[in-house]
Amino acid sequence: MPAPETSPPLFDVAVVGGGLVGTAIAWGLARQGQRVAVLDEGDVAIRPSRGNFALVWLQSKGLGMPAYAAWTKHSTDLWTGLAAELREETGIDVAYERRGGFQLALSEAEVAARAAMQRRLHSQPDMVVYPYEMLDHDAVARMLPAIGPEVAGGSYCPLDGHCNSLRLLRALHTGMQRRGARYLPEHRVEHIDPQAGGFRLRHQKGELHAGKLVLASGIGNARLAPMVGLAAPVRPQRGQIVVTERLRPFLPYPVATIRQTDDGTVLLGDSQEEAGLDDSVGSEVTAVIADRAVRMFPRLAQANVVRSWAALRVMTPDGFPIYDESQTAPGAFLATCHSGVTLAASHALALAPMLAGGSLPAQMRAFTARRFDVPPTA
Amino acid sequence: MSKTAALNPSCQLVVIGAGPAGLAAATTAAKLGVDTVLLDEQPAPGGQIYRAITETPVTKRSILGMDYWHGAELVTAFRSSGARHVPGTTVWSVTREGEIGFSVGGAARLIEAERIILATGAQERPFPIPGWTLPGVMTAGAAQILLKASGMVAEGRVVLAGTGPLLWLLAAQYLRAGGRIVTVLDTTPPANRRAALPYLPNFLGSDYLGAGIALLREVKARVPVIGDVRSLRLLGENRVREVVYQSGTAPERRIGADLVLLHQGVVPNLNLANAIGCRQEWHEDQLCFVPVIDAWGTSSIERVAIAGDGAGIAGARIAAERGRLAALEAAHRLGRIDAYRRDAEAVAPRRAITRFDKGRRFIDLMYRPRAEHRVPQGDTLACRCEEITAQQIVEAVKLGSTGPNQMKSLLRCGMGPCQGRLCGLTITELIASARGVSPADVGYFRLRPPIKPITLAELASLPKSEAAVQAVVRG
Amino acid sequence: MFRRLPEPAVAPVSITIDGMPVEAREGDSVAAALLAAGHARCRSSSVSDAPRGPYCMMGVCFDCLVEIDGAANRQACMVRVAPGMRVATQDGRRELRA
Repeated sequence: MPAPETSPPLFDVAVVGGGLVGTAIAWGLARQGQRVAVLDEGDVAIRPSRGNFALVWLQSKGLGMPAYAAWTKHSTDLWTGLAAELREETGIDVAYERRGGFQLALSEAEVAARAAMQRRLHSQPDMVVYPYEMLDHDAVARMLPAIGPEVAGGSYCPLDGHCNSLRLLRALHTGMQRRGARYLPEHRVEHIDPQAGGFRLRHQKGELHAGKLVLASGIGNARLAPMVGLAAPVRPQRGQIVVTERLRPFLPYPVATIRQTDDGTVLLGDSQEEAGLDDSVGSEVTAVIADRAVRMFPRLAQANVVRSWAALRVMTPDGFPIYDESQTAPGAFLATCHSGVTLAASHALALAPMLAGGSLPAQMRAFTARRFDVPPTA
Repeated sequence: MSKTAALNPSCQLVVIGAGPAGLAAATTAAKLGVDTVLLDEQPAPGGQIYRAITETPVTKRSILGMDYWHGAELVTAFRSSGARHVPGTTVWSVTREGEIGFSVGGAARLIEAERIILATGAQERPFPIPGWTLPGVMTAGAAQILLKASGMVAEGRVVLAGTGPLLWLLAAQYLRAGGRIVTVLDTTPPANRRAALPYLPNFLGSDYLGAGIALLREVKARVPVIGDVRSLRLLGENRVREVVYQSGTAPERRIGADLVLLHQGVVPNLNLANAIGCRQEWHEDQLCFVPVIDAWGTSSIERVAIAGDGAGIAGARIAAERGRLAALEAAHRLGRIDAYRRDAEAVAPRRAITRFDKGRRFIDLMYRPRAEHRVPQGDTLACRCEEITAQQIVEAVKLGSTGPNQMKSLLRCGMGPCQGRLCGLTITELIASARGVSPADVGYFRLRPPIKPITLAELASLPKSEAAVQAVVRG
Repeated sequence: MFRRLPEPAVAPVSITIDGMPVEAREGDSVAAALLAAGHARCRSSSVSDAPRGPYCMMGVCFDCLVEIDGAANRQACMVRVAPGMRVATQDGRRELRA
């Protein structure tokens, strides 16, 4: 029997994490002909992929990092193809719609803040160019007739859209497995040893060997990254969401904090709270969410709330993603972001081929975690 | 509504549910000087077992039976206890910090409580068979509620199907009320007798024995009862028309039906406890999850106690005693009585529990429902709200979904308005069966408030802090 | 499907179901009134339009959803009848009115 160190890896790539980031990359890798294993935790785990808002969203992203705006736009451009391919392959309709989307303001002050933010965003050097506009109440009302009198205006970007993210998760799971990827739930990774020709992953049920490694385990990356010479300075940020019963269609475009799903339910979001790993919900925040939703669309007042939830976003210090490769353990990569839905197409169709090729090209350098290495101040 | 307007924003003890456990708990606590509020969803006290006890139009006492009328004593004691009763109240949230969100008459309110006793009782076990969502298919418990609250009995071709004491009780009550039943299809697996046999001696010494035997005789004397019923299916287009079944190894049979009343036992109503985060564990005899509690009913969340059938099925008499125990502990922790007095006052309830618990194990094992009626197959709906079939669940297990929470994300099962009340156990058992593991290893849905729907207007009316506004509003 | 026991008279309550006058009794839930009036089906589901009716009568199953005085998706088994109440069976998903 050969020693484990010299046995050839069973898998070309081990992806750690079975959420939207991990499965999008795994599907993309399998699509490149790679033999992929996806190691995941069990039924009870920190899973933002089960709690997200499902926007495929561009506007307002990238202030402070134009490369992120470009990467996001690239993803939204690839999304139509992703949705079509998943449907073709799995029969699952992820209900992607790209008709444009709004962010609404409930006062002139909110309109002004929004306009100023957009100006700063789009005047950055190297900012990707895409259409967007600020609209007043009447212009918004022409497209969203159900708005209430308190809506002072809003921003609109025709490239924004949304999907059914639960079906996206199922389609990626289905698709990657149809393409031969092995999905391994209840395989929490405890330790990773880089070794000649690959990696040895010790998990709750044993060991697994793979030539390359992709860390895509959200908050879990903070623990795993240092084992392969990487850094993942991520923290959980709580977001609470409220959802209504199924309703007949009344909202033809998604709004950044309100969208009607293809099932008819209306999602109302969302908060940004620093609460550690506490993912409980509370009426103080959901009351604000409900209040703003009713002011934006007064007819929602009658709708029944059937559930609320909180999920934990995976936040970096600057809020932008990290894509990195290890200098000390070649073949180890890291991917983490809080926009697993929007970036799913980039991850599957752009990032995965890079990872299959074995290294990240120069254009991805902006996303390295080394950007957080601040020299000691005097 | 004036009752709630007069409610203080905080109190020492809130009891949720006005069945036997809640009534006894509130009575005991209030009599010990604890500032007690009883919130209940129904307009009148009694819970489901003593439903409409103060106002039922069924005045002939023999119809509903003496076990029902026992509830009147609990209500009388409660009325003179000094506890405040807020009926018609839907509790939709309880936090670990003791904040209770509830709605009365379409208006949402919050109340803070130092301690909370959940007395949310039981619900009927799901009975997921083909056709179980057709109009004209109801539960035996539903029929009993119609009898107690509105004096209504079924007419036409009425078929009862299932297993468990409530099925026989309803049959007897219907017959006493002059109702007619075409047949009772008894789905109790004959093998249960063997499993229950070792516990027969205890049952023989229990209070259930005499009543139980009399009930069975009463029904069997007047209604054809078909035993060892399996492969139960209900057919119809816009409503149920036919029941298809097999008895033992006999060929399939069909009978016409206008109303089918199903029942295969009751299970704890755990939604509120689950949403608060109280730990729960699988109970193999009773085939359901029960909360983890100590000898006083205190849950894994120190502030919250659980009493009555919501803490595990034990029947109405034990429910009331468990309510008393939880109230004694609450009074003690609130500084109203010392530990000596608490323990002294607990002697009688504990003795009663021992007495009434005697036949329980026998009943649990004797009436354990058949696996095929708990774990559906093919295109039978497991989740009624989202219309998710058994086959879809099994396929998602193959995809790697190991538990109900991932299942919920993949299929939406449990995401409808009932919040998994009528599919939770089915989904867990389906996953367990597909994976070949115990439901204990599969676990249950993690539930979130509101555990009952409230309108957005109600939610929007609640207090909002500046920090909460800051957390939501962005540039 | 159901009949009332010939018990001492309980006060009648006049309501309408889908516009038709119906005499319910004091203490009835809306679901009881529907069943007493012969309505086994009270809605079609919001997923597949399948027919549904009251099932549990205790607020658990959410299958007895109806429109009561203009508000849709209310649990008929949890609301008591009141004089003049307008009850309507419903089809599919609820429509939010402006």
